Amino acid sequence: MAELSELSEKLSAIKSQIEADLTGITSSKGIFEYKKSVMDSKEGKIGSLMKEMGKIPKEQKAEYGKMVNEIRNWATEKFDALDAEFKAAEQKARYEAEAIDVTLPSKKLKKGYLHPNTQVRNQIVDIFGSMGFSVYEGNEIETDHYNFTALNIPKDHPSRDMQDTFYLSPEFLLRTQTSAGQVHVMESQQPPIKIISPGKVFRSDDDATHSPMFSQMEGLVVDEGITLCDLQGMLDVFVKKIFGEETRTRLRPSYFPFTEPSVEVDVSCFQCGGKGCKLCKGTGWIEVLGAGVVNKKVLEGCGIDSDKYSGLAFGIGIDRIAMLKYGINNIKLLFESDLRVLEQIDD
Amino acid sequence: MLVPLSWLKDYVDIDVTPDVLEEKLFSCGFEVEEKYEVGKDISNVVVGEVKTCEPIEGTHLHLCTVDAGEHGLLQICCGADNVAAGGKYPLALIGAQVYATAKDHVTVEGVMTIGQGKLRGYDSYGMLCSGVEIGVTEDMFPGAGYNGLLVLPDDAVPGADVKPILGLDDYIFDVSITANRPDCQSIFGIAREVAAVLGKEIKEPALDYTESDVAIDFNIRVSAPDLCPRYIGHYVSDVTIGESPLWMKRRLALVGCSAISNVVDITNYVLYELGQPMHAFDYSYLEGGEIHVRRAENGEKIVTLDEKEFSLTSDNLVICDGVKPVALAGIMGGLNSEILDSTNAVMFEAAKFAHDNIRKSSKALGQVSDSSMRFSKGVDEYTTVMAMKRALHLIEELGCGKVSKTAFDVNTGNSIEPRKLTVSVARVNGVLGITVPDEDIVRILTGLNFAPELNGDELTIYIPGYRVDMESYQDVAEEVIRMYGYDHITPTFIPTAKVTSGGYNLKQRSELKIKNALCAAGASEGVHYSFFSPSDFDLLRLPEDAPERFAIKLMNPINFDLSLMRTTLAPQMIKAIARNQKNGILTGRIYEMGNKFLPKSLPLTEYPDERETISIGVFGDGEDFYTLKGLVDVIASALDIKFDYEKSSKTFLHPGRTAKVICDGVEVGYLGQVLYEICDELDMRVPAYVAEIDLRALTKYYGKDRKFIPLPKYLEEKRDFCFVMDKSVTCSTVEKEIEASCDYITKIELFDIYEGAQLGENKKSLAFSVVFTPKDEEFKPEVIDGFVSTILKNLEEKYGITLRA
Ligand SMILES: [Zn+2]
Repeated sequence: MAELSELSEKLSAIKSQIEADLTGITSSKGIFEYKKSVMDSKEGKIGSLMKEMGKIPKEQKAEYGKMVNEIRNWATEKFDALDAEFKAAEQKARYEAEAIDVTLPSKKLKKGYLHPNTQVRNQIVDIFGSMGFSVYEGNEIETDHYNFTALNIPKDHPSRDMQDTFYLSPEFLLRTQTSAGQVHVMESQQPPIKIISPGKVFRSDDDATHSPMFSQMEGLVVDEGITLCDLQGMLDVFVKKIFGEETRTRLRPSYFPFTEPSVEVDVSCFQCGGKGCKLCKGTGWIEVLGAGVVNKKVLEGCGIDSDKYSGLAFGIGIDRIAMLKYGINNIKLLFESDLRVLEQIDD
Repeated sequence: MLVPLSWLKDYVDIDVTPDVLEEKLFSCGFEVEEKYEVGKDISNVVVGEVKTCEPIEGTHLHLCTVDAGEHGLLQICCGADNVAAGGKYPLALIGAQVYATAKDHVTVEGVMTIGQGKLRGYDSYGMLCSGVEIGVTEDMFPGAGYNGLLVLPDDAVPGADVKPILGLDDYIFDVSITANRPDCQSIFGIAREVAAVLGKEIKEPALDYTESDVAIDFNIRVSAPDLCPRYIGHYVSDVTIGESPLWMKRRLALVGCSAISNVVDITNYVLYELGQPMHAFDYSYLEGGEIHVRRAENGEKIVTLDEKEFSLTSDNLVICDGVKPVALAGIMGGLNSEILDSTNAVMFEAAKFAHDNIRKSSKALGQVSDSSMRFSKGVDEYTTVMAMKRALHLIEELGCGKVSKTAFDVNTGNSIEPRKLTVSVARVNGVLGITVPDEDIVRILTGLNFAPELNGDELTIYIPGYRVDMESYQDVAEEVIRMYGYDHITPTFIPTAKVTSGGYNLKQRSELKIKNALCAAGASEGVHYSFFSPSDFDLLRLPEDAPERFAIKLMNPINFDLSLMRTTLAPQMIKAIARNQKNGILTGRIYEMGNKFLPKSLPLTEYPDERETISIGVFGDGEDFYTLKGLVDVIASALDIKFDYEKSSKTFLHPGRTAKVICDGVEVGYLGQVLYEICDELDMRVPAYVAEIDLRALTKYYGKDRKFIPLPKYLEEKRDFCFVMDKSVTCSTVEKEIEASCDYITKIELFDIYEGAQLGENKKSLAFSVVFTPKDEEFKPEVIDGFVSTILKNLEEKYGITLRA
């Protein structure tokens, strides 16, 4: 067993050599390289041991193999342990080196915003859409007939004075109200009708609080047995969703030629809760929309049987809601594409 | 409309506070826009009786002791020339609030609080006041206009508040009246509503008068009954023109009308009281023994009371005598028949003129009066008849004339008697959705003078002549609920309605999808006016015959810059970019989705094409032609379609940086860099890029089915090529050629552009990576090699493109 005892000595020497070598290695990369050189099957101190196998007598091969494996495992464990130790230290150093000032400004991710009116419009459509209202978009350019006459506002009607109309010809005009679309719908469709009709409307008004173009949303329900109570019920749901669950509504008499009775709908001031503040001019209430039971003359004019069906209609100022909801103080800001305005509202 | 509380009280017993009255009016449909006490600025002014009054030597002042009742005996220095022992004057106590006047003692300069003063060494514990200092005019109280102390009546009690004595405790309500209630455009009209809402009796103003035996030979005829359905005339003799009594002047003052003379004041008084404009002609100036109501002749002239001359057309209605026009009907009387101090006989007029004609004439002539405004809202013949009686009564009451027998009522036969209307109570309640108790319905309708009769479900009412708005059960429902109270309406949720499906339709969803995609790509949505300026065409350098110039004109625009319906969205987008730059925003992305308006003919004879369009604008740091192009491609990818681009030109875009956008071979828009000249013109500091896409042309792609494409079964092959070509060859030419060369290509991507001397003059290099996707079996290397050689061969043969060495 001279060979084996010789081998044993040789292995001890290798071990000592490796241990000595390792004290000079300080990085995981060094370990990697050293391990590679030691384990190299041709020239490595341990790797090449197996080459000797051929020279070992048959009956000693097993013992030889065992000893080589032992040293191989010993070395591997040693290397791995050191490797883990170095790697941990190296990661730690890297993390330390990569530390940043987390309070520096964030990188701006460019994002665009829907127009405040579109945001409000989407919210309103969500609410009424879930109640079964479809969305009808009428023309901006209308005829006198659809904008006025068919809505029970004949040529000599005093309420034409209420609206300064832009005329394009004696017959054509810029619609002054989204109600103009009502008639098109009722002419082309029999009840049940449930539509909302958002869009731009125009009046010859141009001052601090008026814009010659603004946005409205008309709502119309025509079916059997529709009453003023339904109007209150539906608008209750609407204002609660738009302005908050605590919001209350108040109906008060008003006048629109195409509804009878007509009401103005006020909501309890969402800023002061009804106590009175600057927004509500001290009254505790804010006027948000006009509504009423559709005048039977309008139904009949569209070929709808007013003995069988009744309807209700309401008109909401979309810009007005947007301004109230977001606190925008000047309606003109909505039409100037000022990015300082547009990039503020994200509802 | 201004309504003094004291005047209302003539007709209704009002036993509620002004605040409660305001609420009651509001609840039944009459919003009080403003309510104020006449003497709102005056406080702590009482009756003071001067006991002793000694001149202070060397001054114009008097040292007085003044009895202020419970407030004690006060020493007051007074500079007024009419102060005298025994006199009673308004006394502002220390702490009182009165008006401050300028040195002239007449011009009010604000409000002041009285403090303890010292004049010439004498303490003064208050101030004796003139009419001006406590806001009382001659019209409100005789003598108040004197530039000195206001002298109170002998029976005034020292120490008592002066407000009730001088009418300063009165309230004025400014009531807003809806267009359907012209009958409420008067104090009496409001009184009727107040009586109804308070459940009180209404007291009619006195209408009685006695006709004398006087009669004259006169005639009234109306040859335009369509414009004048009723004309009532009454001759009054023995007229003495003079001042109106205090009560009448005071009331006119409260509603902001100045007193002129008794006869004229009567016509104004009736206007405010009943809402019927009236007119009085000086009879001595009426020639030809008649009044003729007719359309004016074209070019006919009249000079109105305010000495303005008008040239008329046949659209205007005039009142003429036998010879000449004497009044612009319903708008203003003529100067030639004005009431003067010398007037001794009068022809009174009360008429109903067609409100739309008065409105149009008034607008066309630019002549507005209380009368024309009132007529424009609509006058009812019931009131026309009543008003004449009232005016004649007032003539007698004021003793300023004799009511003659000569009277005319030219009318078209319209009845002023109550109209009968029968409705079903169930229908009335059906509108409301609640059941109003029968007794409440009857009570309410009785209060509104509808004389209801209820018989089971059958409700019959008799509508007074002044309520022309009442037509159907819906109107009855409104009358009932506004008096019953809207707080009785209980919310229900359309329990009888059928279920329907709702929400956005495909078009609306697709538009929203595009908007959201553009927002996700960093662009914010703007909204611009549908009208724009004719000068925008010039801004865009559009030639005279450019189709964009075929635009719809507004007949009555607000101004020149808002006078055309837009035919392109570009100018407003360019201006929006300029505005942002002016505001210091030097980079940004904006888009607008809106309509442009393309007429089929002008002037309009049919609906124009309202064409949905998107404009996009980008500007500033980090933005260029290709970022804009990226946004345009966002639209395509939102719709799952592909746009092609070709070099193009636009008068307002950079000649080297403009492209048209093509979809399925159809041009759908353009994009490019805005001309530097335009940027300079608009004071822009950074370059701007604008695109406009015809959304309508893309609607056919809305809702395109998206099918899942299975992932490739076999490994895809990717090859990179670096080509050298002439500079003039476009990227899309190369791409198209590569694509056409092989069926298996699924992706072609440009990844590098290089221009340099070593390539040779006018050469550039474009590098593409091309993906080949196998279909039924794995590619063999020689197959790919075949594809590649075909590509190279085609490129070389057609465009002389070679691989870069
Ligand atoms: Zn509030």
